[in-house]
Amino acid sequence: MVLRFGGKKTGGEHPSEIRDVESGRSRRWLGGFRRGLAKTRASLASTLGVVLSGISRIDPESIGDIEEALYMADIGPVTVEAVLEALRRGEGGGESPAVRVRAILLSLMEHPAQSPPVKGQGPPEGEPEVIFLVGVNGAGKTTTAGKLASRLASEGRKVMFAAADTFRAAAGEQVEVWAERNGCHIVRHQEGADPGAVVFDAIASARARGADVLLVDTAGRLHTKKNLMAELIKLCRVAGRQLPGAPHEILLVLDATSGQNALAQVREFGSALGVTGLVVTKLDGSAKGGVLIGAVHESGLPVRWIGVGEGIDDLIPFDAKAFTDALFEGEPT
Amino acid sequence: MFEGLRDRLTGIFRDIRSRGVLGEREVDAALREIRLALLEADVNFKVAKDFIARIRGDIIGIDQAAHLDPSQQVVKAVQAALVELMGGRGAELEKASSGVTTVMLVGLQGSGKTTSAGKLALRLRKRGLRVLLAPADVARPAAILQLKRLAELAGADAFDSEGMKDPVAIVRSAVERAKREHYDYCIVDTAGRMQVDEALMDELRLMKEAALPHEVLLVADAMTGQEAVNLGEAFGEAVGLTGVMLTKMDGDARGGAAVSLRAVTGVPIKLVGVGEKLDALEEFHPERMASRILGMGDVLSLIEKAEAAFEPEAARAMAEKIQRGVFTLETLRDQMLQMRKMGSMSDILSMVPGMGAKMKDVEVDDKEIVRTVAIIDSMTPGERRRPAVIKASRRKRIAAGSGTEVMHVNKVLKQFTQMQKLMRGISKGGKRKQMQMMQQMINR
Repeated sequence: MVLRFGGKKTGGEHPSEIRDVESGRSRRWLGGFRRGLAKTRASLASTLGVVLSGISRIDPESIGDIEEALYMADIGPVTVEAVLEALRRGEGGGESPAVRVRAILLSLMEHPAQSPPVKGQGPPEGEPEVIFLVGVNGAGKTTTAGKLASRLASEGRKVMFAAADTFRAAAGEQVEVWAERNGCHIVRHQEGADPGAVVFDAIASARARGADVLLVDTAGRLHTKKNLMAELIKLCRVAGRQLPGAPHEILLVLDATSGQNALAQVREFGSALGVTGLVVTKLDGSAKGGVLIGAVHESGLPVRWIGVGEGIDDLIPFDAKAFTDALFEGEPT
Repeated sequence: MFEGLRDRLTGIFRDIRSRGVLGEREVDAALREIRLALLEADVNFKVAKDFIARIRGDIIGIDQAAHLDPSQQVVKAVQAALVELMGGRGAELEKASSGVTTVMLVGLQGSGKTTSAGKLALRLRKRGLRVLLAPADVARPAAILQLKRLAELAGADAFDSEGMKDPVAIVRSAVERAKREHYDYCIVDTAGRMQVDEALMDELRLMKEAALPHEVLLVADAMTGQEAVNLGEAFGEAVGLTGVMLTKMDGDARGGAAVSLRAVTGVPIKLVGVGEKLDALEEFHPERMASRILGMGDVLSLIEKAEAAFEPEAARAMAEKIQRGVFTLETLRDQMLQMRKMGSMSDILSMVPGMGAKMKDVEVDDKEIVRTVAIIDSMTPGERRRPAVIKASRRKRIAAGSGTEVMHVNKVLKQFTQMQKLMRGISKGGKRKQMQMMQQMINR
């Protein structure tokens, strides 16, 4: 089954609006998520849903069980402590523990410790919106770029690619395949070329061709590599010099299977670049991506998209409610 | 964010020095801290729980000998248990008794299979072995091309699977060719797959039947969280693993996945990926991993790096100079250049125990080293030997010559004076005093 998305967006004056609310999307999203989970349901014996459905009141023993279930979802020490603390305080009213934990997790995401970054100006009329995809190696940047292009194109926007990963062998070719699949133009240089030059050329080309969106696929890098982070900062500067306000969006791509290191990734990429949003990939496995709750709470960054499969349509908007609900999915059928 | 286990335990044990026994209460508190350290490092919850239960006895048995620091002993016990759990030293790759040895790499998407295949090929090539890489990832765009490029870089051959759609057929033909042409190793790079995807896991079984590999290595990301357990179990059940390759170990992930994987699969972690370059593949060292998981830095790797970067002759000469109390600006410059060879300052410092947490606030500027070296280079030999002669006008000249400001020159000279004092302390012996001074320098 293929997910279908709503009709074309009207007007191009608010390019970022495409990620805003579409009615009923959370139902569709949860549908997609359930399908992903259907494959795994049998193996999810200890999900939050199962554990919590067996608990009727909060006592030391059940607290231990809840704690275990939270940890097993990669939620991590800091957030687990916050949840348990809230439970002990009696937050969430007189509801059942399951409902309370769900509400607490959702509230952590909806009320971050830090206010979300102020959304920058979109591109001026007639100029392309420049979107950077950044993240550690193997997070799924290129695949996300490919899927995102398909989504944006289906909304009637003219998309272009910049293959700014000139380091990894055959990375350019990989983007090229996605460009072909989407029928988009791509700017790429030779392997080992200066990625700054790719960004420069790509923006010039995007303007010349009248593209609406330029997706810049950057090389994967660990946030601890100072020189590589500096390179990324330079890429942003190159973009900004050529097109004021660019990059208009910097998406940090996170792997749902990663554990607590994702927090460090959000922190480091965030402070180095001014990331504007998160993308979480590989949520179609049995990984719960629970680290996201802490990451969103701590950074205030919105999760723009989630990846739920290898197909071109398997990128869907994020919904915090659906996400926390999905953490509880997997009741025995 | 986190402190090393040692720091935390020190807090718990501070009050009990005088009492001489570890009571129930202290043991429980210590176990709680150990558990938290493991969970922060992404060790699987259940694995951590088992581990805590097992180590309890060891901790209760710790003798409170008056002069030994209990936290140190607890850490030692935990570390030893972790090392034991993670198994012995990095086991070498299997070698077929005769003919081609086939190695199959499996794992999730983005875990680093293709890159690791290239690294493995280079490692084997360096020993003079002939390697055929078999690109069997037909799912990810350009994956086959990527492996071919890596084969070129490693000086290995790649089986031409371009245009072939069936990974099982690719494996069969590649292994046949490897046998026919008497390769030593055939490395099969498979497509990334979720362990919950039954169809793809079935495909992997078929590939294994076709390859009859001597090694099936699970390639796993060091940043993996709780999933490591499901991953190890499912891949183990489906294709029977013989080892694990842990990738992206050059980041700051604590790497608890190593413990989880070892616990559920029972197979050794054979190799670890420590960088993007093709030669960044190392043996697995359980002791280092244990320190890292407990947040205590990786001193051994640091020492090894230092040894690799230092030219023994130069190092000996330098040590001698310092021993004699001769520490000049030239020595400082040489030292800085040597340090540069070991990697960036931030990389180095992140390996120092206790620096892990501090590093978050300390901005280590690698440019600083470049600048310092430039400033020293802009001095005359006489100035380098006797920096006391460097007065205002010379400072101006040096700043201009090195493209810096006078304040930078001032800073270098000041730092040098401090270091000189420290070095004199060292040459005069007195280890304790010297440690204190070092501490001061770091804290400054």
